[in-house]
Amino acid sequence: MATAEADVPTAALKVERGKKAPQFKGRDRWVFYAMVGIPTGLHVLLVWVPTVGSIFLSFTDWKGIRFSDITWVGLRNYNQIFTVFEKDFFQALINNTVLLVFLFLGPTLFGMFLAYSLDKSIKGTRLYQSVFYTPVVLSLAVVGFMWQSVIYSTENGLATQLFGGGEPVDWLGNQSFLISFGDTYGISKNFAAILIAIAWRHAGYIMVLYLAGLKSVDNSLKEAASIDGANEWQTFRLVTFPTLKPINVVVAVITVIEALRAFDIIFVLNTPRKTEVLSILTTNNLLGEGGGNVGRGSAYATILFLLCLGFVIWYVTNHYKSTEEGAES
Amino acid sequence: MSKLILPGSPSPSTHGYSLSRRSLLKGTAGTAALAVGLPTVLAACGSDDSSGGDFELGSATGDLTIGSNYSNELPQAGLAAATAAVPNANINSSINEVDHNTFQENITTYLQNPDDIIPWFAGFRMRFFAEQDLLGDITDVWDAGLSDLLGEGFKTASTGNDGKQYFVPWTYYIWGVYFRPSLFEENGWTAPTNLDELNSLASDMQDAGITPFAFANDGRWPAMGTFDQLNFRLNGYDFHVDLMAGEESWTDERVKNVFTTWESLLPIHQENPNGRTWEEAAAAVVNKEAGMMTIGTFIGSQFPDGDTSDLDFFTFPELDPEIGTGTVEAPIDGWMMAKSPSNESAAKEMLYHYGTALAQEAYLAEDPSVVAPSEDVDASIYSPLQNKVLAAVAAAPTVTQFLDRDTSPEFASNVAGPRIADFLANPGDIDSILADMQEQAEVILNS
Repeated sequence: MATAEADVPTAALKVERGKKAPQFKGRDRWVFYAMVGIPTGLHVLLVWVPTVGSIFLSFTDWKGIRFSDITWVGLRNYNQIFTVFEKDFFQALINNTVLLVFLFLGPTLFGMFLAYSLDKSIKGTRLYQSVFYTPVVLSLAVVGFMWQSVIYSTENGLATQLFGGGEPVDWLGNQSFLISFGDTYGISKNFAAILIAIAWRHAGYIMVLYLAGLKSVDNSLKEAASIDGANEWQTFRLVTFPTLKPINVVVAVITVIEALRAFDIIFVLNTPRKTEVLSILTTNNLLGEGGGNVGRGSAYATILFLLCLGFVIWYVTNHYKSTEEGAES
Repeated sequence: MSKLILPGSPSPSTHGYSLSRRSLLKGTAGTAALAVGLPTVLAACGSDDSSGGDFELGSATGDLTIGSNYSNELPQAGLAAATAAVPNANINSSINEVDHNTFQENITTYLQNPDDIIPWFAGFRMRFFAEQDLLGDITDVWDAGLSDLLGEGFKTASTGNDGKQYFVPWTYYIWGVYFRPSLFEENGWTAPTNLDELNSLASDMQDAGITPFAFANDGRWPAMGTFDQLNFRLNGYDFHVDLMAGEESWTDERVKNVFTTWESLLPIHQENPNGRTWEEAAAAVVNKEAGMMTIGTFIGSQFPDGDTSDLDFFTFPELDPEIGTGTVEAPIDGWMMAKSPSNESAAKEMLYHYGTALAQEAYLAEDPSVVAPSEDVDASIYSPLQNKVLAAVAAAPTVTQFLDRDTSPEFASNVAGPRIADFLANPGDIDSILADMQEQAEVILNS
């Protein structure tokens, strides 16, 4: 580098004076400003302005009609959420948490299992992969409609035929608790039914991600492990799984995001009672028949935002730490 | 009855009103119908200074945009026919149709930049937007003739908290207990008039292997209809009004009585209503698996080809002789004008037209599931069922709209709907459910 600087004395002198070297000149500089500035501007305008706006509105009382009607109410909306609407709020928080834990323990593990099984050159593996992947092309809203009419129909649904014992079963309307936490909160039976429908789609998604990951695992590693006498489980746990770390991070991110943003499937099922999640409470207060309480709706949204932010911070620090480690090694 | 409620209060109306001019003239419901209250009185004072000014029929010209949530086939055709029937050929109107539910969900946004004419509902929901200064005052349209055409009851239902008119009624229907007369005839059943008769009819039905009441609550509004009926049969019209306005408490013994009565009637209703759509419940009535259903006249749409010749209803039976059966629930749909319409004179003329028999007859010719407010509509177009709807509403001294039209929509859909669903799932929890409702009603209705 030193010799190169000597060849271009003017630039080197500027660097030596401790000032930043102009990396771009003339038209290049304008191109640079445009390429950085336009995306930044759009990002700030479309992401941060609404976010900060929502946080501001969560401290106000506003019917969403005229800007001049916005009145500052301090922490009132939050206070009401935690004291007056607390049963709805904590149930929604529980549902979001249950969804998150369930997605990790259920469809994510199952998707991983499917990927591992189908990665071997078994007969018809392409067919199986396609079958398990098909639900992923559907939006969760469509999944909701399909399960409502085909599987969970009270009189004629497939689930009713298989498990109902000849009696109609109200799969999506039964709000009694499957597992209860005290008298007030729990995991309702209809929420459990919705979890199964979500899993049906999510497992295929995870399967594809792991299939892609497994393709990149060097076969010689597995061969070496088997020569060393490792059995199948040991090979997976100690050799294959660690090499899948980048995929694991992606899967963790996708799963957490799916759990926090869950909305569409519950909304299209008319939000059966006790299946509310935070995004539903937000929407109910902002839009629709019961809308027009922008303050409280924004407060719900802000709480959801803080939960997401906590996760994003964890992810960013964790991710960058791991890539730095990777660069060092 | 004479209690004053301040403007801004979310009450349906401060007074009992009848919807029938004819019944008033006949004197059948005379005294109660005369009990008109504050808004109407103010309307008389307020009409002079209305901003609209010189409303004159037949003078309007130019383009007019009409918003529409009449997205189903029959209502769509009805609106087109009624609009085309406007006598003034110089108005060039265009209808902007939006899906019914989408329209409702986006109403707040829509009203920031609406069409000249806006479809909506009478009751609190209309007065709320008038209060927000989003609607145009059409008092002069009423003064120009609608008052005479439609009568005091409908005028009251069209009046905002400031005493001015913001609404033109267009169609309405009635909530009641609907049944198939052929099923009743086969079994020799008759419509019950009180609780004992209702219970004995229900046990006869159960003996015949028929579920007495089809029952649904998917979407969390259908069961509100049953709540309303029980509430005003047990506690009367005024209590309904005050409860909806947040001036009576949900923890009141009288409210609890409604729910305990309801609990005692649940065994004669279909089980697990929360996961059933009203259409599915209606199908049970159509198929004669269920004997009756508490629902609106729109149940007729579930009959094959909309044929309502084998459909009848009775108003909900008497539960308390002191209260009687003088109240019915008859939600009114209609039209409003934008605050600043692009063509005010055309908008007013079209609104006037919508209030007349000419437009309403044209609509009913396409969609016979409702009846018209105008009493000049040719009676021969009505089916026996529609005539019965008219008669039942005309005979009622007091008329409610519906739980979600008579109170803050936020309270109705975020509190009352979910809590009623909780009650139906777990009737034993009445006390804690009502305590929550009251706590949340105070926050929402008094803010």
